[in-house]
Amino acid sequence: MERLIFLIVCLGAFAFFFKNIFRLVATICLGRAENRFDNLWSRCAGMFAYGFGQLRVIQKKFGYNHYLLFWGFMTLVLVNFEFLLKGIFPAFSLAFMGPLYYILMFAADIMSLVVLGCVVLAIARRLFFRPYFIDQTADAFLILCLVGSLMIAFFGMSACEYRLDELAAGTYMLVTRGVALFLRGSDTESLHASMRVFWWIHAIVLLFFMNYLPYSKHLHVLTAIPNCFFRSKHMVATVPRLQFKKGEEFGISKVVQFRWKDLLDFMSCTECGRCQEVCPASNTQKTLNPKKMVHQGKVNLFTNSKSVFANRPADMLAPAPKDAAMNVPLINGSDKSVSKKAIWDCTTCGACMQVCPVFIEHAPKIVQMRQHLVMEKAEFPEELIALFENSEQRSNPWGIAPSDRAKWAADLNVPLVTQGVQAEYLFYVGCAGAFDSRARQVTTALTKILNAAGVSWGILGNEEKCCGDSMRRLGNEYVFDKMAQANIEQLKKYGIKKIITYCPHCYTTLKNDYKQFGADFEVIHHSELISSLIAAGKINPSSDSAGRVVIHDSCYLGRYNNLYDQPRDVIKACSGGRAPAEMERCREKSFCCGAGGGRMWMEELDGKRIYLERTQEALRAAPDTIAVACPYCLTMYEDGVKDEKAADRVKVKDIAEIVASSIS
Amino acid sequence: MHIVVCVKMVPDTTQVSIDPVTNTLIRDGVPFITNPYDTNAVEEAIRFKDKYGAFVTAVSMGPPNAESVLRKAVSIGTDRAILLSDRAFGGADTLATSTVLGLAIKKLNEEQPVDIVLCGKQTIDGDTAQVGPGIARRMNITQLTLVDEVVSVNTEKKTIRIRRKLENYHEIIEVKLPVMMTVEREINTPRYPTVPGRLHADDVRVEIWSNAQLKLDPATIGLPGSPTQVRRIFAPEREKGEIMMGEGPDRTKAVEACFAKLLDRDIVHV
Ligand code: SF4
Ligand code: SF4
Repeated sequence: MERLIFLIVCLGAFAFFFKNIFRLVATICLGRAENRFDNLWSRCAGMFAYGFGQLRVIQKKFGYNHYLLFWGFMTLVLVNFEFLLKGIFPAFSLAFMGPLYYILMFAADIMSLVVLGCVVLAIARRLFFRPYFIDQTADAFLILCLVGSLMIAFFGMSACEYRLDELAAGTYMLVTRGVALFLRGSDTESLHASMRVFWWIHAIVLLFFMNYLPYSKHLHVLTAIPNCFFRSKHMVATVPRLQFKKGEEFGISKVVQFRWKDLLDFMSCTECGRCQEVCPASNTQKTLNPKKMVHQGKVNLFTNSKSVFANRPADMLAPAPKDAAMNVPLINGSDKSVSKKAIWDCTTCGACMQVCPVFIEHAPKIVQMRQHLVMEKAEFPEELIALFENSEQRSNPWGIAPSDRAKWAADLNVPLVTQGVQAEYLFYVGCAGAFDSRARQVTTALTKILNAAGVSWGILGNEEKCCGDSMRRLGNEYVFDKMAQANIEQLKKYGIKKIITYCPHCYTTLKNDYKQFGADFEVIHHSELISSLIAAGKINPSSDSAGRVVIHDSCYLGRYNNLYDQPRDVIKACSGGRAPAEMERCREKSFCCGAGGGRMWMEELDGKRIYLERTQEALRAAPDTIAVACPYCLTMYEDGVKDEKAADRVKVKDIAEIVASSIS
Repeated sequence: MHIVVCVKMVPDTTQVSIDPVTNTLIRDGVPFITNPYDTNAVEEAIRFKDKYGAFVTAVSMGPPNAESVLRKAVSIGTDRAILLSDRAFGGADTLATSTVLGLAIKKLNEEQPVDIVLCGKQTIDGDTAQVGPGIARRMNITQLTLVDEVVSVNTEKKTIRIRRKLENYHEIIEVKLPVMMTVEREINTPRYPTVPGRLHADDVRVEIWSNAQLKLDPATIGLPGSPTQVRRIFAPEREKGEIMMGEGPDRTKAVEACFAKLLDRDIVHV
């Protein structure tokens, strides 16, 4: 009788579970197509490292708690499988595994205690020392209590079984034996009765837990590992190229217009809050909170998918129809929508994507929502209209006459590749380097270095155009698309193979974004070039003019392109071998200067200014010089140093300037 | 309601320089843009469309490549685009230009009565501000120049109330339609075209009207119809005036010196 009841409960629970799983798969299928099945080996490797190995989880100390919980669970999966089958077929046992079975049971026993400890710790953390970036939710406590009671029921059950001598691997289950000590003297009958009670508690909690997952943030138990498998192969994912055909919708205004991996992302969030902890917008009291954005994406998806399925019951595993009606808008309008303000707050710094333990790709989602606002609605902060028009008409953000682009080179005798000069490298100066009076000093410094090292180089002069970085990050993909195509065509026309850039934004745009447009240039950032020139002995920086140098990692150099050591090597060479000082947040954890993602051209009205937050951090390192390798960072720090009234004691310099002043 | 908006393709003048020898504009490689004042005229026309469901026709006179400025007007919502293009129209001054535009709009008026003709206040290449009024004269309708705000429109009584920006004051006038208005830049902020708008504009057929349709006397149009003659183009040289500077405590001294001079010449009084 008992077995029959269990059989029915079990079948019901599994039917419900698989129905939900199917529903989740169908929901992911609503998204647009994208190939994430390439490079299977490296995907598998990543899945083992980050999914099973939890490499990102344990980057924070408390992550070890999760690590243990996770591995406890992995061990218990098999044991619970045996438990359920045994409930239906009492004769079933994994004992056929031989000695392995004893090892498994030994481990499961220990791990259950470990898990129990971890649960207690996790509850205590949430109650007594909860970090600000973790929300207090009933959901979390419920799950922790379920897991805890599962472990208690397990020990209760096995201890009784041990006393009743029904535990095949009992000898090896040390914790169970310890618990069983308390049961000495109980009679067989009460032992048996308690065993059944624990058994049922264990069974019910287990089946309930399994079915509760899809309704909670613990959905990530099911989705996190696949999400690690399908992670982007680029360091920081960018938006896909669009086809500008009539009748299409550009950008994303409905959740089902995301690609399927984005939808899986929404389902994989663990609500750990790590993205919020590092986000420059969240850190300076802006509306944007990447964790919240992902959560809004998830509830928006679940609400809207219901109506899509209701209108299309038959064809479950297909993308959503183009005209699918949505109950809740994705952008603005409800608590299940992402606010417009948040969308414009992002600097695309990539800090969130760097720390997310399950590889959620936040920035491309934000940029694609911007695309909708810009390209479909022409709704954007008004200060951007000048930028958009200047970039399109005069190919620079300020709208300066293109004929002034090469003015900086007027007296420098710089070779022009447009006049047939054969040069190994094209120095792609970039708009800031060509027009901004401060950045022009860096351009001139770099010129000096190139000449001193005898590099064969040239420029495009007035023919150079804007790379389009800001346009792309701000969602003006249509104009970016044109700029990218025109630039690639021009670079190919002059037979350019190797390009030096000074601006990290030009760098990543030419190197990574243009790949989508068929470009394949060898793009080198000046930090790479200078460090290799120093290593090769082509230039020998000597003096030590910069004093104590603190270094800033630009988002688009570091997180986007893994250039951390090169700028440091350069400074080292100019400081008599001394490594530069580091800020509290450096390298992968570097904090944005506030200018990326097109924010350079926008007002920053809410909260604290990002550049101030960062400049104050730099000043805490008591530097004589703040070293940067990006024209935007240069502007931001110079403003910050002025605001902090430190301009007379602290200089902001590009690494090229530091080098140029230390070579004769 | 039918609105006709006039647009002109002009060289991006900030990029134009003057050849010191020949005294002509060096236009080589200088991109063409929509005359900035006209972008406000187009925007205002589209606002009439948004508000009153007006039908908007954009008209331009110029070489075949002036089509691009019409497409731009279409990309933000203009319904019909007409390019007046003929070799015979070439070399026109403001008089001959108004003749051609005026006649073309009269023709449009026959097809569908025109209520408002919108022009930019002036163009940035000629800066004469004469073509708008010239059109009004030829169509024999009221002209409202220097408009910086449309206060209200009464569609039943067919009247419009606008504000003009004059030297030291504003003037609010109400008149009967039809009217010709030239607009100031302050009247609005032109919208940014959406991508569907741009793609639509790429496909739209721009009608080309030549003199074969307009049948104007060749003596009244183009170069022969233009009494204006250009003798010399030059950047005005500043002969008078000076810059008085001083930094730090010297600043006050510079101001004092400046006032002394102004007092001296009776420009200001104590
Ligand atoms: S990219 Fe940077 S600014 Fe944008 S959400 Fe992520 S952390 Fe925040
Ligand atoms: S998006 Fe990633 S980092 Fe942010 S809360 Fe979710 S799982 Fe954590």
